[in-house]
Amino acid sequence: MKASLRELVRYPSAVAGLCILAFLVALSVYAVVAIPYGEAIRLWSGGEALWSRNPRYARPEWVGWLWGGQLPRTLVVRSPGAPARVRDVAGGVRQLEFSLPFDYPYRRFPPELAVFLQADYREQAPQVEFGWRRPDGSQVPLANLSPRRRDVYRISADGDLRRALGGAPEVVLFSRPDRPGEAAPGRYTLEVRAYLFEPSSAVQVELVVYGEVHGLAGTDHLRRDLTLPLLWGTPIALAFGLLAAVGSSLSTLLIAAVGAWYGGWVDGLIQRITEVNLILPALPILILIGTLYSRSLWVILGAVVLLGIFGGGIKTYRALFLQVRESPYVEAARAYGVGNLRMVVVYLVPRAIPVLLPQFVTLIPGFVFLEATLALLGLGDPVLPTWGKVIEDAYRAGALYVGHAYWVLQPAAMLVLSGLAFTLLGFSLDRVFNPRLREL
Amino acid sequence: MTTLLRVEGLRLYFRTAAGPVRAVDGIDLEVARGRTVAVLGESGCGKTSLARAVLRLLPRNVAHYSGRVWLDGQDLIDLPEDRFRREVRWVRLSIVPQAAMNALNPVLRIGDQVAEPLWLHGRVRSAAEARAQVEDALRRVGVPADYVDRYPFELSGGMRQRVAIAMALILRPDLVVLDEPTSALDVLTQANLLNVLKTLRHELGTSFLLITHDLATASELADDIALMYAGQIVEFAPARQFLPHPQHPYARALRAAVVSLREDRTPQPLPGQPPSLLRPPPGCRFADRCAFRFDRCSTPPPRVRAGEGEVSCWLFAEGGSRVD
Repeated sequence: MKASLRELVRYPSAVAGLCILAFLVALSVYAVVAIPYGEAIRLWSGGEALWSRNPRYARPEWVGWLWGGQLPRTLVVRSPGAPARVRDVAGGVRQLEFSLPFDYPYRRFPPELAVFLQADYREQAPQVEFGWRRPDGSQVPLANLSPRRRDVYRISADGDLRRALGGAPEVVLFSRPDRPGEAAPGRYTLEVRAYLFEPSSAVQVELVVYGEVHGLAGTDHLRRDLTLPLLWGTPIALAFGLLAAVGSSLSTLLIAAVGAWYGGWVDGLIQRITEVNLILPALPILILIGTLYSRSLWVILGAVVLLGIFGGGIKTYRALFLQVRESPYVEAARAYGVGNLRMVVVYLVPRAIPVLLPQFVTLIPGFVFLEATLALLGLGDPVLPTWGKVIEDAYRAGALYVGHAYWVLQPAAMLVLSGLAFTLLGFSLDRVFNPRLREL
Repeated sequence: MTTLLRVEGLRLYFRTAAGPVRAVDGIDLEVARGRTVAVLGESGCGKTSLARAVLRLLPRNVAHYSGRVWLDGQDLIDLPEDRFRREVRWVRLSIVPQAAMNALNPVLRIGDQVAEPLWLHGRVRSAAEARAQVEDALRRVGVPADYVDRYPFELSGGMRQRVAIAMALILRPDLVVLDEPTSALDVLTQANLLNVLKTLRHELGTSFLLITHDLATASELADDIALMYAGQIVEFAPARQFLPHPQHPYARALRAAVVSLREDRTPQPLPGQPPSLLRPPPGCRFADRCAFRFDRCSTPPPRVRAGEGEVSCWLFAEGGSRVD
């Protein structure tokens, strides 16, 4: 075993494959440790409310670097702990005034503006007025509203404001008077004036100037950070591929050995089942299961393994075992009293390991891609964040038509990477275990 | 001298498309305790089939299997298969198969391989116990102790052959069938191996049934020689008589075909081929090639005494014109 490993490392492709694999495994470990399974599911399927401070369709940050830092990042400005000015108005009403200044360094407009409010009150909600001050000192009055305890004022979606300003608020509020097509960098301020009607009332305000880039992987149509599915997709893909490959190839090997050793009706039965199974189309069956029964990834995994047990491998292995069965050492073993079970496990099966191992390794990406295929067909697991799910969302949102290439390319790159790792490794393993290939 | 193995009328026919092949056709044989009997015969005369028939290691295409085999007085033919496997095969009667160097599981280390019979027959309870016995067995056949952790492919043919012999002897059986133990080896290795077998015979008192086509190998090891021809035994005699004075015309022809160190004579080839075992001639099977053939040879010859041994030949029967 150690010798095989040493020999394997002599192939650059194997080293490359092992490196990629090590990276993927490290990523999986990190994902599982950093974001527990339940938490990952909660974040992924939690809906937009969880991700409201993320921009929609934001590109990854590294795209921003490629643009030379021109793409705006998200700015969050919170109201200061103490209001700038408190004034008692008649009848126990207090007036708070504070401003949320921030520096906006970009020449591109932000895609969206929103104010998150948190209001504490018993019965009568406070009244809040917003105003906007540009770097040149010009002021624009915004809405006047009475917030619920937790509320969002989406400035860019305010229809009245849009009409009043004669354009999209996020554009008009940031544009230079002299050059309307470009955002003016500088110090902007959100002025807030709140009227509190109860002594214990309080208001907190948070301004979010959404950016065009977010995180390592960008965000999707539900503002979800794509780092999560790309990260968590790794352990899921590896587990799915590995379990499916182990489940189907090991059982195939064992069944082929049993059939070849016992012969007679056992062999006949196994061969007939295999032949029937070979003409069953796997994908439509999986689609049926997904549509009618369950779309859980683990149910699909079980179905994949079941369909794979009596796969074409049985024929290959059987041919090998029929040859091994007649070899002198098997006859000798029969003479010194080796029983059937031991014969199959200790004398036949190990002979197929050199054939199995490279095949097994190259089988894994096939199953990883199958998961993505199923997801694209709308049969992905409804709660798990997987690469296939991301591609499916992107496909449904028409990501490539509207230029969100990152949305498709990143999960695709992960799929390619995992496929590459196992393929490189598998080919090298093949060369180590089948020395005849070395001369080719 | 007690009889260890007695075989009577043993027949083993194989099914083929052309009809049954009579590979073993009525064999009578005795192996005395502590003695070595060589079954000598040319290729295809049924020597290996005889070994298989005695050990009941039958292939799938058996057409007919009959006769009686007693080991130490116990009838082996009527024994159920599982009892035969548990109580007889390898325990009292083991085999070093033909091409024994290929008889080792390529994925087991030598030590584990030799220990297999110990575990399978419940002779050991711990790995240390097994290892001790394995090392002892390997030492007896001259395999260095550090070979236990090697795989078969790391060993030479002669070493593998020794391992196979060690494995056959590990349960201390009464009788070991050696099926062509030296035929794939060079002469030097052959000589070494024969010396090992001789030593073992003295040390352990094991009986051997040596199956060979090589008169020289037989002469090295055998106490008695059974000469086989076309599925039958034509002469059975102590080696000390058989080697200098073979009786049966076939035995004489064989002797004449072998180069001798001490006599100045040209080896005489034996013309013709053995008969087909599909449809053997009704009488003496050697008759077609026999220089002494006469009209009685068209009926099966009786088994008659000749010197210290027995011969199946009309020449030695009453009224036969025995030639010397």
